[in-house]
Amino acid sequence: MAANIGPKRLVVGAHYGLRDWLAQRVTAVVMAAYVIVFGLYAIFALPAGYDAWAGLFAPLWMKVATLVAIVALIYHVWVGMREIFMDYVKPTWIRLFAYVLTILWLAACAVWSVQILWRV
Amino acid sequence: MSTTLQEKKRPEFKNIHVTQILSYRLPAGGFASFLHRFSGALMFLALPFLLWLFDLSLTSEISYGKLAAVFSSWFVKLLLLGLCWALLHHLVTGIRHLLLDLHIGIEKEAAARSAVLVYLISLPLTLVAGLKLFGVL
Repeated sequence: MAANIGPKRLVVGAHYGLRDWLAQRVTAVVMAAYVIVFGLYAIFALPAGYDAWAGLFAPLWMKVATLVAIVALIYHVWVGMREIFMDYVKPTWIRLFAYVLTILWLAACAVWSVQILWRV
Repeated sequence: MSTTLQEKKRPEFKNIHVTQILSYRLPAGGFASFLHRFSGALMFLALPFLLWLFDLSLTSEISYGKLAAVFSSWFVKLLLLGLCWALLHHLVTGIRHLLLDLHIGIEKEAAARSAVLVYLISLPLTLVAGLKLFGVL
């Protein structure tokens, strides 16, 4: 769908970054909810020691909730780092290289976090 | 005509060069936003370190025990304090940005006030985290 905004600008399928803009905010809300609930619980209610800590991540729902927060984190970081590279790294091939490194790095972190969570 | 002449003399910052950063007066909101970006990049770089700590804490009781030794290093403490600040600043300015997106506090004065308010929340919490880290609390 193409719509004219103003006399000169033709808005077409690229959405001018709307999808990333929205994803940045949705993932932020997911992470904020996780960090605040988890943080308050871990600081004020969780008994000290390995058993309580590992026990917290034992149920499937906690693994899933944590992984959802981590996936949100990774998408959020991708949008943010891409923004930083777009603003400060002007030569195209260096920027492309930075994008690829970031994607590989974040993918590796995601796989690692799955391994950590599902070993408990 | 003197007013237009004076206006022409004002410094222009069309593309800010690195050397101009110190002479460029960023408004409070811009500064908080810059630190939001800076703290985000900091946490991105620290991601593997944090995952390593998470890994140690969950793998076994033995690896959990190693954490105490890791945390005893002043360098690690300083690093964790920096990351606590980064998380708190990023979280508080992030909530501010979300509220601005919802058109809450978008007026010039309100936005300038909330841009200063973020430090009044994030810095004391960072201080508490620091006191806890260095064993004062």
